[in-house]
Amino acid sequence: MEQTVTQKSIKNPAPKGPDSFHLGIPFKLQDKINVWVLRTLAFAIITMLATLIVLLFKQSGEAVKEFGLWNFISTDNWNPVEDEFGGLSFLYGTTVSSLLALAIAAPVSVAIALFLNEMLPAWLGKILGLFVEMIAAIPSIVFGLWGIYYLAPFVKNTLTPMLKGSLGFLPLFQGPSFGIGMLTASLILAIMIVPTITSICREVFKTIPGHQKEAALALGATRYEMIKLAILSPSFSGIMGGVVLGFGRALGETMAVAMVIGNSTTISSSLLAPASTMASVIANEYAEADSDLHVAALCLVGIFLFVITLIINFAARSIVWHFNRKHAR
Amino acid sequence: MMIETTNYYRWRKFKNRFFQFLLIMAAIAVLTPILLIVQYTFVKGAGSLNLDFFTNLPKPVGEVGGGMRHAILGTLYLVAIGAAIAVPIGIMAGIYLAEFDKKSALSRILSFAIDLLTGVPSIIVGIFAYILLVVPMKSFNAMAGGVALSIIILPIVTRATEEILKLVPDHIREAGLALGIPRWKVIFMIVVPGSFKGIFTGVMLAISRAAGETAPLLFTAFGNMYMSYRIDQPMASLPVQIYNYAISPFEDWQRQAWGGAFVLIIIVLGINLTSRAIINRNELINFFSELKKKLNSKKA
Amino acid sequence: MEEAKTILSTKNLECFFGDFQAVKGISIDYKEKSINAIIGPSGCGKSTYLRSLNRIHEEIPGAYNKGEVNLLGKNIYEKDVDPVLIRRNIGMVFQKPNPFPSLSIFDNVVIGLKLQGVKNKSLLQEKAEHSLRKAALWDEVKDKLNKPGTSLSGGQQQRLCIARTIAVDPPVILMDEPTSALDPIATASIEELMMELKKEFCVIIVTHNMQQAARVADNTAFFVLGELIEQGASEQIFTNPKQKKTEDYITGRFG
Repeated sequence: MEQTVTQKSIKNPAPKGPDSFHLGIPFKLQDKINVWVLRTLAFAIITMLATLIVLLFKQSGEAVKEFGLWNFISTDNWNPVEDEFGGLSFLYGTTVSSLLALAIAAPVSVAIALFLNEMLPAWLGKILGLFVEMIAAIPSIVFGLWGIYYLAPFVKNTLTPMLKGSLGFLPLFQGPSFGIGMLTASLILAIMIVPTITSICREVFKTIPGHQKEAALALGATRYEMIKLAILSPSFSGIMGGVVLGFGRALGETMAVAMVIGNSTTISSSLLAPASTMASVIANEYAEADSDLHVAALCLVGIFLFVITLIINFAARSIVWHFNRKHAR
Repeated sequence: MMIETTNYYRWRKFKNRFFQFLLIMAAIAVLTPILLIVQYTFVKGAGSLNLDFFTNLPKPVGEVGGGMRHAILGTLYLVAIGAAIAVPIGIMAGIYLAEFDKKSALSRILSFAIDLLTGVPSIIVGIFAYILLVVPMKSFNAMAGGVALSIIILPIVTRATEEILKLVPDHIREAGLALGIPRWKVIFMIVVPGSFKGIFTGVMLAISRAAGETAPLLFTAFGNMYMSYRIDQPMASLPVQIYNYAISPFEDWQRQAWGGAFVLIIIVLGINLTSRAIINRNELINFFSELKKKLNSKKA
Repeated sequence: MEEAKTILSTKNLECFFGDFQAVKGISIDYKEKSINAIIGPSGCGKSTYLRSLNRIHEEIPGAYNKGEVNLLGKNIYEKDVDPVLIRRNIGMVFQKPNPFPSLSIFDNVVIGLKLQGVKNKSLLQEKAEHSLRKAALWDEVKDKLNKPGTSLSGGQQQRLCIARTIAVDPPVILMDEPTSALDPIATASIEELMMELKKEFCVIIVTHNMQQAARVADNTAFFVLGELIEQGASEQIFTNPKQKKTEDYITGRFG
């Protein structure tokens, strides 16, 4: 239909009148110009991004040359004064803090999604759901501030004695607690990724048709059995998508973590000890890095973070995508 | 009737109760820290606000008093730069993805690039802007901060625009084309203005997100302790100022950090909630009238 | 012939959605080993009524019931009654076939037993085969019991749902327009199956299809706008209705 309209307009130039934007250029050409402008813009965005990535790699080149890729990620010797850099402790810190946050946040998120969708009346579920979603809108710096002045003392004075009292024999809970450290960072991260996982879970649970739930209830299932049978097991892959997406968010989270993790570059098996993540070391040192090698090393850490979050995010996306396709019947 | 009172039935009932108990515990576990954060920020933050906070610049180290005027204005300035760059580009890119070249190689790569930008940690965005503008200019500068924020805003605006335009039914485009109007005009003068509310909401959400970002500004706009409007010089921002004060040893600065956090949360949540309210206006009205009905019937 | 026992009866049953009353004071008795149809124009409350017989109606937010439903003489709406136990004794087949997508065909059939704590593998195996045979599905699925239940065709899925329901041996089976989503051939096989089920169970079926009611049901009740207009033996209802409204409806002049 579009074809006929434009062809006709070439033969008979559009009439004057309310159509004041007519510039004496045939409609077909106008459309062509428009498309090409947009294509150029699209191309520019892509080129820009590609350039930035290339520049990032180039910026880190010196560090790769100096230490070698494998050497860089397998040593934890980070010493800006001596210009010696190894990034293992940051890799470790990011992985452990994010996994721990996920271990706390994932079950809680699934539970609160079920609570909001299945246990509360719809209107109350909506209000509390909005409340949970608001967590995602609170700036990371505010979490950090709260983390320093409230959560860290809480971890030091309340949580640590509790953990030491019950699980103190584990290597995870050795040494003194300064309040700030891996555990505190993980707790903050957990709070921050709950809304991400919860909102995906709620969407996934909403795709379950009502008659599936009724089928379970009609068989004499209790509410718990109904949830397990009709909601949780068919949603498994969707939930996983949300969890992986939450993991991606935790990996890249910077400020709140930088403020409460303690910024130590040594690897400690204790969760009470201070540590560092890839994002936190960049936040802490980038502005003050004066040697080129230091900047390059930080950029290399940045590349690792970039690539890891990229992989995780696309994994999450494809899981969710497959889930949606399966349920789009 | 076969009434079961076997142990297994009791066990099932117990599991059911226990599970519901766990759900409630989870809800409490999530809501408690949130309430604490909000309460802390409001009590400590509102308590440390005064007129000076909004109208004064920081006092020299050690002196009590002073404010964050430069940082509040700086944040507005930086967000304005970011939005000025990213909003038009983002909307155009969204229009391109939704309306033209569907499934062509270019639009697929663009879509991938937008996904990639959405997932990039904000600290990496800071490095991008640093390489792009701080390295060549040899100084931290406001422009780099604005560009960093624009990289945060761009993918959100693009996706929002694309998703909203995809909701516009095809017969509206066909109606326009049938009137003999060229396609680009149909899109820019009928389809896009018709979705203005939705696109506007997407833009506001993106801006509220950018206003709260700290990491991309740490080594781009950097921050300072005086009023500056120069685009080629470091510029203060609310989040970075909060960060610097929060980790400082001075009590008065820590107090001001809470004040800053309060102002920041009001700005960010304010924009966020207002724009959500705009897009959900009808739903909101229904919701409140229903709530009223419920409350009335309870009273009766 | 000895008098058949009344197994389920409703007494002044009323069903509400918030302020809206969908079903108005209906009293009907259901005998064992019979098929009972409920017909009426759409929106007449027949599905809501049916869903109140196993207390699934109350799962909808804002929905509640008044009146009595007596299962073997005990009112299932009494305060101390657990709906979980009621539903275990009153099975239900839905309008849309709804096997559990995450379960295999085998697990779909025995899930009711598993929920009740039956763990004995050979007993489950035996029950599954028995139920699938009764649902006339065994020959079609016996070689693919581990495939997901959703891999079957619509008619097969509905028979799978019937097998799932009869596996727990409920004395009463409710069917809510069980063939409305199926093609005529699948419908015929489900109807055949109902005649088989009648030998053991009390079947209560809601249908918008009058021919179906006339073909399979022993008794038929006719609802309009939540009220019971007429009930009786199907033969009488379809050939010699007492009420004008019933006659108008079955002759197609109304509804």
